[in-house]
Amino acid sequence: MFGKFSRRRFIVRAAIPTVAATLGSVQLLPAAEAATVTRLQPSGPHPIPVTLSVNGTSHDLMLEPRVTLLDALRERLGLFGTKKGCDQGTCGACTVLVDGTRIDSCLSLAVMNEGKAITTVEGLASSDTLHPVQQAFLDHDGFQCGYCTPGQICSAVGLINEKRPLDEASVRTWMSGNICRCGAYPNIVAAVRSAAGAKA
Amino acid sequence: MRPVSYARATDTAQAIAFVGGDAHAEFIAGGTNVIDLMKDDVARPSTLVDITRLPLGGVTPAATSVRIGALARMSEVADHPAMQTNFPAVVQALNESASPQLRNMATIGGNVMQRTRCTYFRDVSQPCNKRAPGAGCAAIGGVNRMHSVIGTSTHCICAHASDLAVALLMADAIVHTRGAQGERAIPLAGFYLLPGSTPERETVLERGELIEAIEIPVSTAARRSVYLKVRDRRQYEFALVSVAAGLDIQGGIIRAARVALGGVAPKPWRAHDVEAQLIGKPANDRTFAAAAAYASTGMRGFGENDFKVPLSDRAVERALSMAEAVA
Repeated sequence: MFGKFSRRRFIVRAAIPTVAATLGSVQLLPAAEAATVTRLQPSGPHPIPVTLSVNGTSHDLMLEPRVTLLDALRERLGLFGTKKGCDQGTCGACTVLVDGTRIDSCLSLAVMNEGKAITTVEGLASSDTLHPVQQAFLDHDGFQCGYCTPGQICSAVGLINEKRPLDEASVRTWMSGNICRCGAYPNIVAAVRSAAGAKA
Repeated sequence: MRPVSYARATDTAQAIAFVGGDAHAEFIAGGTNVIDLMKDDVARPSTLVDITRLPLGGVTPAATSVRIGALARMSEVADHPAMQTNFPAVVQALNESASPQLRNMATIGGNVMQRTRCTYFRDVSQPCNKRAPGAGCAAIGGVNRMHSVIGTSTHCICAHASDLAVALLMADAIVHTRGAQGERAIPLAGFYLLPGSTPERETVLERGELIEAIEIPVSTAARRSVYLKVRDRRQYEFALVSVAAGLDIQGGIIRAARVALGGVAPKPWRAHDVEAQLIGKPANDRTFAAAAAYASTGMRGFGENDFKVPLSDRAVERALSMAEAVA
């Protein structure tokens, strides 16, 4: 009986208290329960297959898991409309729509967006007709340098989808995730309200 | 950002077992906190376990409580009618957090697990006992305008960043978790740890233990509640001081009171002294002012954040008046 206790098993068992003591919080599954759970098999960190649906087109890519949705859009798909401003979720220049919901693409991993419908500023217009929000930004001169504009437009499309009250104060509040360094806010607010059909 | 492996969990037990058995694995859901910290080289996981495909979402109202799935998005919870009716302070705290885009991404479980916004914690060129135990604390004697005035230690004076957690603490929320040892129901009041000599430990969760839901009991006080966030900008800014206050007023007399503060401590801070001063008193401004003076009991500034001590009293006084005015 003692002879069956292999060296390998001894090392594994002897190591458990050491690991627990070092890390304090490590818990190991009871053997019976562990047997019923198939162990997760991570992939990466090398490039792995990732399929993204962007503006209605499916793309099969090889991406490292650390690649953000923003970098995949710009560096791999050549969709440079989506801008990289702060790259930390504070400026909103990278705003895109995922299943119709506005998000900051800089803080989302591309691989986590598989199976979702991603829309960038390039996907808003239908052939030669601008999206109403794009047209409203032109009509109201809702930009100066233009760097934040794609994010502003995608954010406004998302906001209008959310069906909130869009008086001027509300637009300012609900567009607060998009910073405009030029300070074109009055015209941006006017454009958003106009596109939403709000009375001036 | 450093290279990282990725695994998409399809089974909760599987995800828990993996992270529980790998000290360098982390859960990821909304990603707004962990990806940000990875870019700053503060978080260095070797594997991210994506839990967003697990069935842990949704807002489920019941007779005596509302259960919020850990994967419910902040915006989804704030827009839910049962939340707006029963917990106005929680809804306000959510809507005054971050930006609309981030609230569409960030989950409830991730929100209560978010790390501090201490600039030294996020700057790997600076000493930080939370990030590198034993390295020292650059905030003590440093730029500490945003830091804590109570619950601190000689090792760490960071402030907890979550608005939501402050409102949840006021509402006596319960955190439902699952880990290798099974399920636990942990009152939020006992969920967070003060830094003491181990600022790297922030909650009572064991490695691999996963938040599955947060349950908020329905109460008269939580129904008559507000969240007041005092900050440098009106939107998209962290709190200097915040207050969640709920009152149960019957016939003009305060029957129950709940007050919690944010921005002042390394965890959401319940103001029991203030609450004790309110019970049985008439609900008026004189009562509120007298009770609010107890908010700063035990508070001490570190220089640039001295203003938070008197501001705490004043913010509590105003939040109590606002709660009284809730219809």
